[in-house]
Amino acid sequence: MHVVVVGKLVPDLVEDLEVDASGRGLDRQFLKLVLNEFDEHALEEAVLLKEAHGARVTVLAPEAEGVDDALYTALAKGADRAMKLVGLGEAPSSRQIAAALASALPSLGFDLVLTGVQAADDLDGQVGMLLAGYLGLPHVGVVTGVELDPDGSRARVRKEYPGGWLAELEVQLPAVLGIQAAKQPPRYVPVSRVRQAMKEHTLEELSAEPVPVPRLSVRRLSKPEAAGRAEFLDGSPQEVAAQLVSILVERGLVR
Amino acid sequence: MAAQEVEVAVSGDVLVVAERFGGEWTEVTFELLAAGREVAQGLGGTLSVAALGRGTTDQVKALGAADVVLYADAPELEAFVPEVHLRVLEAVVRSRQPRAVLVANTSTGMDLAAPLAARLGVPCVAYCRRVWVEDGTVVAHSQVYGGKLVAEVALEGPGVLALVAGSYPAEAGRGTGSPAVERIPLPALEGLHSRFLRLIEPEAADVDITREEILVAVGRGIGDRENLGLAEELAEALGGAVCASRPLVDNGWLPKNRQVGKSGLTVKPKLYLAAGISGAPEHLEGMRSAELIVAINTDPKAPIFDVAHYGVVGDVLEILPALTEEVRRRKGEG
Ligand SMILES: Cc1cc2nc3c(=O)[nH]c(=O)nc-3n(C[C@H](O)[C@H](O)[C@H](O)COP(=O)(O)OP(=O)(O)OC[C@H]3O[C@@H](n4cnc5c(N)ncnc54)[C@H](O)[C@@H]3O)c2cc1C
Ligand SMILES: Nc1ncnc2c1ncn2[C@@H]1O[C@H](COP(=O)(O)O)[C@@H](O)[C@H]1O
Repeated sequence: MHVVVVGKLVPDLVEDLEVDASGRGLDRQFLKLVLNEFDEHALEEAVLLKEAHGARVTVLAPEAEGVDDALYTALAKGADRAMKLVGLGEAPSSRQIAAALASALPSLGFDLVLTGVQAADDLDGQVGMLLAGYLGLPHVGVVTGVELDPDGSRARVRKEYPGGWLAELEVQLPAVLGIQAAKQPPRYVPVSRVRQAMKEHTLEELSAEPVPVPRLSVRRLSKPEAAGRAEFLDGSPQEVAAQLVSILVERGLVR
Repeated sequence: MAAQEVEVAVSGDVLVVAERFGGEWTEVTFELLAAGREVAQGLGGTLSVAALGRGTTDQVKALGAADVVLYADAPELEAFVPEVHLRVLEAVVRSRQPRAVLVANTSTGMDLAAPLAARLGVPCVAYCRRVWVEDGTVVAHSQVYGGKLVAEVALEGPGVLALVAGSYPAEAGRGTGSPAVERIPLPALEGLHSRFLRLIEPEAADVDITREEILVAVGRGIGDRENLGLAEELAEALGGAVCASRPLVDNGWLPKNRQVGKSGLTVKPKLYLAAGISGAPEHLEGMRSAELIVAINTDPKAPIFDVAHYGVVGDVLEILPALTEEVRRRKGEG
């Protein structure tokens, strides 16, 4: 059983995001990149499958500032192999990544591809689902748990439907799954383990053939024009609380 | 398999993909029809709706806002199985060649939009909040980076657009016209690689957050599990309940039935106090129509402030206890 986790680094949403001079892209100069949070869940699910079934886990991510750290961390968490997808340039679109993977992955051989359900920069769709579309493989997105058949031919997955409902589906492998949440929160590894992984492993490179893909023309990237914006209350916590509670009293919400 | 390119679409037709759950068309279906009508008008084409499911035959009338209802009614389509729905939808799109396909960006629709676009070799725009036509070009606003930025993208040719629920008024899509109704042939459904096993109901809740008038909602900004007590105390003082954003539920800090948003519940309380919640589109989907929204966040640029009526830039760990104390004092309890 070979599980490939496809991840990507995205801007940390806790930081300020600025638009560049062209008005169409992100200002990448001071951007802090982190592994997409749902990819962390995909990795966790893969490591859980390894622990339960002895699967081999390969982690793959397009090259980006900080990708080495992310890959070594994945190795420290239990991945067996880590690879950088090189040759796609800076900030490739989901479509470019998916198309490149569709041509590169078959040579690697895999039974299951896990990706995060989506990433913050998936303007043109989610990598995993696009990849499944290219490869003609079955896929299920918004997955919150994967169980493998003992013989490794099928997976039983839990998919979220709206309103808190779940569906259980059976999928023949190979397949692509978009992981929303792993069966348990992503594990934490101490830095010392990451350092150890750096000594024990080397990162491999998978070169991507740039494939022509449909491109979206982004005319403008901007802050949302808010229909209404909050009226801000200032002051110390006590002052703010007094103002806010007065508003609630006025509206009959505190009596 | 190399994806076959769709031939240049000459039509200005729009195809909406209806969404179904529990034997009914979901609200977002009508929102899609409302959006689809605007786009079809702009392109000078017709508006069709692909209505896949079981028991649809008697429910096509509800889709009267479209000019054409293309429906399939089959037991295989009763539950949503991405591979099956995708196969049927791909056949419909290939035969009709619409200029724009509108899909809901929901936990089921998400499984259709991108793979369909990949298979057809056309672009996909996810997370659309608005779609319109300018000089024959379809233009969309897509929310990216957790709603922190908006990308305006133009589609010169055919494409698939996934629309965020709650972006268009459903009423505008609840037409009672007399559309042409066509039953579509099911493509061969053999050789499938996936099947539906069962549906799992949400756990029963001790508190039904959809019925509470006052909700104190906590997000990742609360930091630690121990701090949840601060929200509980405020909720108690206000006579409301605590609910949460997804990450807290995924962490196991609160049960799923306290989750607000796309894959949780939709709430419409008199007061929604969002504490340490950034306001990602998936969260906003579940609470944007609350009567009064108050947000507390250390980041003045957090998207939650765009939907909040009142905002406090500050630390929840300081503001929540101050609020609790003040509420108690006003109520003459403290
Ligand atoms: C298919 C799908 C479905 C989803 N469904 C849902 C859903 O139903 N509900 C949902 O909520 N999410 C859902 N999500 C997840 C969503 O994308 C976001 O990840 C999530 O809403 C973020 O939760 P948050 O705001 O609590 O955390 P974050 O985005 O991490 O925000 C935390 C906020 O707290 C602030 N903060 C930090 N410290 C403090 C402090 N001391 N005081 C005050 N503020 C502080 C930060 O500035 C930040 O704005 C879904 C995602 C997907 C892909
Ligand atoms: N469920 C599956 N199991 C194994 N291989 C598959 C499966 N689905 C698709 N494939 C492979 O994906 C390739 C492309 O499939 P298609 O797009 O259907 O032509 C084929 O060469 C198959 O080998």
